[in-house]
Amino acid sequence: MRNVYVLGTGMIKFGRYPEKTVPELGAEAALIALKDAGITIKDVEMFASGNLYQSNAMVGQRILQQIGQTGIPVINVANACATGSTAFREAYLSVASGMYDIAMAVGVEQMGKAGLLGGGGGGSDPAYSPEGKLGSGLMPAVFGQAGIEHMRKYGTRMEHFAKISVKSHKHATRNPFSQYQNEVSLEDVMNARMVAYPNTLYMCCPTGDGAAAAILVSEDKLKKFAAGRKRPKIAASVLTSDPWTERDLTLPDVSTLTRRAAKQAYEKAGIGPEDIALTELHDCFATAELVHYENLYLCKEGEAAKFIDEGGGVHPDLGGKCPVNVSGGLLSKGHPLGATGVANICEVVWHLTQDERAKARQVPNAKAGLAHVIGLGSACTIHILTV
Amino acid sequence: MAEQAQATAETGPRPIVPFLKLGAEPHLVGTKCSCGAVFLDTKRIACSKCGSTGPFETVRLSTRGKVYVFSVVHQSFPGIKTPYITAIVDLPEGVSVRTNLVDLDPLAVEKDPKQLFDMPVEMTTQVVAKDRQGNDVVAFAFRPIKH
Repeated sequence: MRNVYVLGTGMIKFGRYPEKTVPELGAEAALIALKDAGITIKDVEMFASGNLYQSNAMVGQRILQQIGQTGIPVINVANACATGSTAFREAYLSVASGMYDIAMAVGVEQMGKAGLLGGGGGGSDPAYSPEGKLGSGLMPAVFGQAGIEHMRKYGTRMEHFAKISVKSHKHATRNPFSQYQNEVSLEDVMNARMVAYPNTLYMCCPTGDGAAAAILVSEDKLKKFAAGRKRPKIAASVLTSDPWTERDLTLPDVSTLTRRAAKQAYEKAGIGPEDIALTELHDCFATAELVHYENLYLCKEGEAAKFIDEGGGVHPDLGGKCPVNVSGGLLSKGHPLGATGVANICEVVWHLTQDERAKARQVPNAKAGLAHVIGLGSACTIHILTV
Repeated sequence: MAEQAQATAETGPRPIVPFLKLGAEPHLVGTKCSCGAVFLDTKRIACSKCGSTGPFETVRLSTRGKVYVFSVVHQSFPGIKTPYITAIVDLPEGVSVRTNLVDLDPLAVEKDPKQLFDMPVEMTTQVVAKDRQGNDVVAFAFRPIKH
């Protein structure tokens, strides 16, 4: 496999764009990434498009119908919340394999004000829907239970989850691309409306719209187009699914597949968690972020609460260490499902290249960063980028 | 849903899922692989733990188990009364089941979450809906075992 680099990135501010279509949102991000890369759509040889809610509607081709129908191969990818990062990985593989030299990945989603996700099943007669009658499959409850499992094992308290939300909201105030950019206090989070214990409103990510894009190139094309600009290497691109574990079919196990992916990614990149300057991880809920501190080996098993109490996850500018989700994370930046996986790679790239777009929140001396996504069902991607 | 479709030829209450068996002693059934894995299915194509294509054994599951984890749901679909407790209950046969926990105060549980861990619980059933044919739809739930 060949080395692959991220030549350009593009992202629109996450939010709500009821006046626009999914292909329009994707096209906007794609054009920003192409411009950032210093190429045009005519240079792109392969395109992987990530979108979940219109996954049967040829979103990738419709994006090209907006920005340039060059006839290149297009793959439309759906992989739950890991949709965008899986599209990115398909673009990576197409270049790493030697098949193509320049590939584009776009992640895009339009959710509007879609409410609670999950909780399907039951067939055509709603009387047989198990939701609320045989427990809950709604995401806040599923991830609430993942947090409670940590409480059960290690005595973690609700305050620890709440502190994560406080931290991520504070981070988001310095990210103009974030859907929400407001600070919240510990009291605000603890006293907010309960959605599914222990996740209060501010411990749940919002729904919304957004798009992000990346241009991936071989070393030859990097030399041709980067013109001396610093561009990160994709040091690891890993995708796992949920292996059989004891309760996975009843309570989705988001930890085992993340740990497997993390081990593979660190090994492939030839670095360890201590070398990672910043992590963008899948904080769909505050409870998820806490368990992923351990799953990504940012702290020891059972010590996530201690990690938080000691300033772990907080931007160094704010007195913390081992910064996590300096973008504001899904909790503040937003979680337009298909866009998320590409957007968190954009964030890592911007810090590694001292990009203007992350200037206000630049992590110092960033040489390596990690982007993690979980799609429930389950799919886990981890990308490690280095400069 | 095939079992439900067949069942509509008869009269009387319907189980919400095929692995709930009604009658004088309502209980759950599972499908067991020779590797030890138990699934909350009435049939399996293959075992997702070991890959075996069988034969599989149908096992009657215990109506008693222990709470592993839970959450209290405050926001749900229209028609679902909140707050309620959703939980994962471990059964002695080595399979876990997702269920509502009843006969407990959800808000009291939030104040002292530890009380639920490993709490012994027993299965009960309740009518939760009427289907399009007008039949009662019966779900299972678990409740603390009263001594």
